[in-house]
Amino acid sequence: MDLSYSKEDLAFRDEVRAFLAEHLPEEVSSAVRSGGELTKAMMEEWHAILNTRGWLATIWPKEFGGPGWSPVQKHIFEEECCRAYAPRIVPFGLNMLGPVLIKFGSKKQQDHYLPRILDGTDWWCQGYSEPGAGSDLASLKTKAERDGEEWVINGQKTWTTLGQHADWIFCLCRTDHDVKQQAGISFILVDMATPGIEVRPIKLIEGGHEVNEVFFTDVRVPIGNLVGEENKGWTIAKFLLTHERTGIAGVGFSMQALEEVKSIARSTMRGARPLIEDPLFAARIAQAEIDLEAMKITNLRMLFKAQEQGAPGPETSLLKIKGTVINQELKDLARRALGPAATPFPGHVSEGNLMFGPADTEHNAARYFNNRKTSIFGGSNEIQRNIVTKTMLEL
Amino acid sequence: MDFNLTEDRQMLADTLGRFLGEKYPVEHRIKVAYDAPFQDPALWDQLVELGALYALAPEDAGGMGGSGFDISVVFEALGKSLCPEPVLGAMMASRIFAAAGADQETLLTGATKYAVGITEIDAPYELDQISTVATAKGDGFALSGRKSTVYGGQVADVVLVAAKHGGGLGVFAVNARDADVTGYGMMDGGGAAEVLLDDTPATLVLADASAALEDAVNAGIVALCAEAVGAMDVTHATTVDYLKQRKQFGIPIGKFQVLQHRAVDMLTEIEQARSITIKAAAELGGADASRYASMAKNMIGRAARLVGEESIQMHGGIAMTWEYAVSHYAKRLIMLDAQLGDTDYHLSQVMKGYAT
Repeated sequence: MDLSYSKEDLAFRDEVRAFLAEHLPEEVSSAVRSGGELTKAMMEEWHAILNTRGWLATIWPKEFGGPGWSPVQKHIFEEECCRAYAPRIVPFGLNMLGPVLIKFGSKKQQDHYLPRILDGTDWWCQGYSEPGAGSDLASLKTKAERDGEEWVINGQKTWTTLGQHADWIFCLCRTDHDVKQQAGISFILVDMATPGIEVRPIKLIEGGHEVNEVFFTDVRVPIGNLVGEENKGWTIAKFLLTHERTGIAGVGFSMQALEEVKSIARSTMRGARPLIEDPLFAARIAQAEIDLEAMKITNLRMLFKAQEQGAPGPETSLLKIKGTVINQELKDLARRALGPAATPFPGHVSEGNLMFGPADTEHNAARYFNNRKTSIFGGSNEIQRNIVTKTMLEL
Repeated sequence: MDFNLTEDRQMLADTLGRFLGEKYPVEHRIKVAYDAPFQDPALWDQLVELGALYALAPEDAGGMGGSGFDISVVFEALGKSLCPEPVLGAMMASRIFAAAGADQETLLTGATKYAVGITEIDAPYELDQISTVATAKGDGFALSGRKSTVYGGQVADVVLVAAKHGGGLGVFAVNARDADVTGYGMMDGGGAAEVLLDDTPATLVLADASAALEDAVNAGIVALCAEAVGAMDVTHATTVDYLKQRKQFGIPIGKFQVLQHRAVDMLTEIEQARSITIKAAAELGGADASRYASMAKNMIGRAARLVGEESIQMHGGIAMTWEYAVSHYAKRLIMLDAQLGDTDYHLSQVMKGYAT
C-alpha cells in the first residue's frame, strides 16, 4: 500500500502545473470560474493550445497523436486542469469518436478524420438519444436505408450537446428492423451540412442553450461513412459506454465545488457570524468533504486497477453514481449558502447595482440546475445500478 | 501508487483468515461471545501464538509491524469472523507502551492481558473531559474515578488508565485485582468492564500522555474501521447470496429492481468506507492522523449502519433471528459506532478545522 505519487508522476504534475500557469488564457479560466457559458471561440482556442503541446487527445494511443500517458498521468492532468479552472475538453470528437475510429474505423477513416479532430477542422456531436430512446437506447428508431452508394437517413435525435457548433455528427441508426433490437443498429458519420438536416435548440432548465434536437429528412450520405460493420453499431455504443473514463468520478470538479462552498460560507453572514461557523451548515459541508475524501481514494483505487489490468472494470459505474451525487450535494450547499444572493436570474443584477453575492457567484443557481444533468446523462445513475447488478452482483 | 498489500501483509491476512475461518465458525463465535468470559481463552492463546499481537507493534517496541496497514490487515480479518477476542485493547496498550519506551514483552507474548481505560460515562469520547484523577502516594500513585465500557476489561490482568495528572493527562497501570472490576457481555458479543477506582494504587506509565493517547485512539479507530469493512464485506456477500436463493412470487427476490439497487448502494458505500479506511491507515502517525481518523470513523459509522440495517431489511424475518449470522454482523456493525467516537462526534471534529 502506497498512496503517494511516484517521483516521475510528481515531476509530471509540476510540468502540467507550469504549462497551465503559462498557457491557460486568463479570460478563459475566469469564464470557467464564473460558471457562465463558454463561447465556441474560447473552447477552440483552448483545444488549439493543448494540441500544440500534444496534450489534446489524452486518451489516444501515441501512434495516433496521443501523449502516451498512463492512467495515473491522465488523472493528474485532469486534476490539475480543474485546479487551474481550465475548460473541460469537448469530448465528442476527442474522447468519443476518436477512440471509436481507432478501434473500429478503417485506415482511410482514421487518416481522414483523426487529424481533423486534432486540429479543430471538424467539431463533432453525438447522435444517440431520441425522444423515445433514452435509457432504453437500443429501441432507437432513426433509420438508415441503403440506396445504391448512399445511406438515406430519416428520424430524429435529441439532447445533442453543442450540436449548434458541430460540423459532423456520429449517429446510431437502425439498419435492420427484423432482428433483435441490438442486432440491427449501425454507426454512421454524417456531415451536418448535408441537405435534410435541421438543428433546433432546446432551452434548458436554467435558460441556457447547450443541447439540441437534430431532425433528419431523407439525408443522403456515402456508404463509406459507416464505421465498423453494418448492424454492429451496438458493439460500438457499448464500447463507448464502458471504455476508458478516468474522469468519470469528477473528483477534480468536486474539489473545485468544495472550495467554492467554503469560500462562500466564509464570506456570507448569518446570525452575525460567517455561515461556516454555523454548526448545522458546517456539518453539511463536513459530511460532503468526507465523502469526497473517500471518493478520491476510490477513484485512485480504480485507476490503479485499470493500470494493472489494462482496462477499467464495472466499478466505474460506482464512481459515476457516487461522484455525481457528491458533486450535486456540493452544488446544492453552495446555492443554499448564497441564499437570497443566488436568486436573481443571471444578468439581471450585476456588480454595482442593487444586490449581488460574492465574486463569481452570479451563475451559481443556474449551474446548480444545469448540473442536475450529471446523474441523468452518460447512462443515468439508475442504469449504472442495473449495470452493477448484472456485472458485479450477478443478480 | 500501489494499492496491493505487501507480500508479508498478504501472508498475514491469509494466515489469520484461515485460522479464524477454521476456529471461529459463526456458531462457535456466537457461543463464546455471549457467555462469560465473552471470549475463548484457548483461541486467544493460539491467536497470540500466530503473531497477531507482534504484527500490531512496531519493531523498536519488539514487534514486527505497527503501521496503519498492519493494523487494518489484522482487524479486517477479525471483522470478517466477528472475532470477540480482546485484541483492540492490547493494540492500543502496545502503542502507549511504545510511546513511553516501556518494555512490552509480556503484552506481546500474551502472558499479561491488557485493556485500556479511557472512556467515562460523562466523557465517552473526549480526552479533555476525563475526570478520573491521579494523586501521588508514597512511591507511586493512587487513582480515583470510574472507567466505563473498558473493552476486554472483563479478562484483563492490567488496565492502562487515562487520568488527570499534573495539569494534563497521564497513563497509569492498574492491576485488575486492585480495582473494583465488574465484567459483562456486550449487546454485539464480546466483553467489557466497569472499572471503579477509589484511591486505587497505580504506577505511572507515561506522563504528558495526551499525544500518545490521541495516537492510540487514532490507531484504535483504524482498527475499528477495518473491522467494520471486514464485517460489511461478509454481510453484503451474504445478503446478495440470499437474494439469489430466496424466492417469493415465484422468482428469486434478487430479480426485483428495488432490492437490486439497494444492494448496489450498499456496495458503493462499502467501497467508500474501504477507501477512507485506507486513507486513515496511511496517515496514522502523521501530522494529519486525527483529521483522517475522524473522517474515517464518521464515514464508517454511516456505512456500517446502512449495511447493518439494510441487510436485515432485505433478508426479512430470517435476519431477525439469533440463529442467522447476519443478525450478529448487524449488531456489531451498529454498535461499534459507540466505540472511540461516534458518527456525530467525528463529524464535529472535522468541522473544527473550518472556523478560521
